[in-house]
Amino acid sequence: MTPALEISGARARLGRVEALTGASLCVRSGEVVGLVGPNGAGKSTLLRAALGLVRLQAGAARLGGRDVAGLSDLQRAALAGYLPQGRRVGWNLPAWRSAALGAANRPPGPAREAAMQALARVGMADAAGRGVLDLSGGERARVLFARLLATTAPLLAADEPAAGLDPDSQFLALELLREEARARRAVIVTLHDLTLAARACDRIVVIARGATIADGTPREALTPAVLAQVFGLDGELIDTAAGPVLAARRAPA
Amino acid sequence: MNALRLNGLLAAGLVLLALLGLALGEVALGADGWRLALQPDTPQAQIVWEIRAPRVAAAAAVGAALGLAGAVMQGLLRNPLADPGVLGVSAGAGLGAALAISAGLAAAPGGVEAAALAAALLAGGVLTALAARFREPETLILFGVALSAFAGALTSLVFNLSPSPIATTEILGWLLGSVANRDWGDLARAALPMAAGAGLCAYAARGLVMLTLGEETAALSGLPMARLRAAAVAGAALLTGAAVAVAGVIGFVGLAAPHLVRAAAGADPARTLAPSALAGAALLVAADLAGRLIPTDQELKLGVVTALFGAPLFAMIAWRAARSWRG
Repeated sequence: MTPALEISGARARLGRVEALTGASLCVRSGEVVGLVGPNGAGKSTLLRAALGLVRLQAGAARLGGRDVAGLSDLQRAALAGYLPQGRRVGWNLPAWRSAALGAANRPPGPAREAAMQALARVGMADAAGRGVLDLSGGERARVLFARLLATTAPLLAADEPAAGLDPDSQFLALELLREEARARRAVIVTLHDLTLAARACDRIVVIARGATIADGTPREALTPAVLAQVFGLDGELIDTAAGPVLAARRAPA
Repeated sequence: MNALRLNGLLAAGLVLLALLGLALGEVALGADGWRLALQPDTPQAQIVWEIRAPRVAAAAAVGAALGLAGAVMQGLLRNPLADPGVLGVSAGAGLGAALAISAGLAAAPGGVEAAALAAALLAGGVLTALAARFREPETLILFGVALSAFAGALTSLVFNLSPSPIATTEILGWLLGSVANRDWGDLARAALPMAAGAGLCAYAARGLVMLTLGEETAALSGLPMARLRAAAVAGAALLTGAAVAVAGVIGFVGLAAPHLVRAAAGADPARTLAPSALAGAALLVAADLAGRLIPTDQELKLGVVTALFGAPLFAMIAWRAARSWRG
């Protein structure tokens, strides 16, 4: 099966910084892949490069098996939906209008319907008529997440969808991404909470300094050695009734 | 508010102001005067149809162009402080006019206007190329500020090197902005660039809505953002250039018109375009009327009136709207 997203040997610079130094990643339909790494590791840059938003100096990025650089705007949008990091919004559009921008390729009626459905899934149906700038930061993040859900692309790429959310909403966001994967979409998501990543992801890709360090099931990827080498943590994943939990402290210097 | 109702209300207000603009002036026309004005070749007809009507039409067209250009710039740059002047197109057009006047082109009909429009198009072309290269609005604003300052410096240089005080006075008068003594020919020459600019802006509208969520979300939306952004910049530049060519540099209309209608248009940058054009037209017709009716020895220049009334009005709008700007 052709991967929904495939990037290999990616090298890229952002200004003078070597942001990607040989990162690889592959996401297939039906799976949730977590992309983790310390601050500045290149998670967002890798995601953006895979979507054609950062130009590669070496390596290849493919969406649905096709070189991302050769895709038209329309073709690219048909292959990938994207939730960027950051929650800046320009104008105070009603929440439902903001979510409906994810369905801009559909006529107004169905677009509104898709937006209302997505808002209901993130628990924001009652706020559909409120302006996005009048909402709290976390509520706005949920509306923007609903916009991602309202897209119809076979791949969803979410950059830190859990940032700024309360614990329940974090679990909900990842649960909704799992639902999308069950509906045969491919999902790639960057996360900082390794417990959340270990619980929600089929596979975890660890990157550090722009390169892929580990790639496998949460158990395979988040070994004590990787935790120590990449995150500077002395710890391990422990199984509990609720699922795996990261028990860790800062590694002694 | 429903878009049709909002536009209808604004259009009705504009028509009312335009009728006042035709009816009021230095010469008071009674019932007899109006009867004569509706017959051909009477002095009254000349006053109404050859002096007042083109003046009102020019104010309306310039106001509409500036209101629309302001709404497009605010949408494109996602910045409530943006206006048609922010990218340096007004300053460029002003420079073109100053150069033309000092070169003695004022004698040729449409000479100064053509120079102003050409300079605006040149500035607009530079900005369109920059907008394609740099996606972030902040970068475009900084280039606009630089372009504006440079054009302003060159205009000062024209003043500095101007050989005669007559040319200097003429340039200054032109830069202050006015729609007095415009004829139908001036308007006809501006009609094509204004229509082209409005068309480009209408085309760019759906991209403006998407930009509310940022450049990268828009880039993955399926819309041809590169083309839509270029259309927005080029459209706003054409409108601004044509407006400055007709009336000189007039501030505040492009800044204030979108704010006046934004709340009623539901904050949607695309649905703000038409109401902003109508509000801009109404504002400028009203300002021109005010300039004519306020008794002063020298008739008040339109650009002076809009700034005098516009600045406090704008501060008031800003006060009320400030809450909805920041996230």
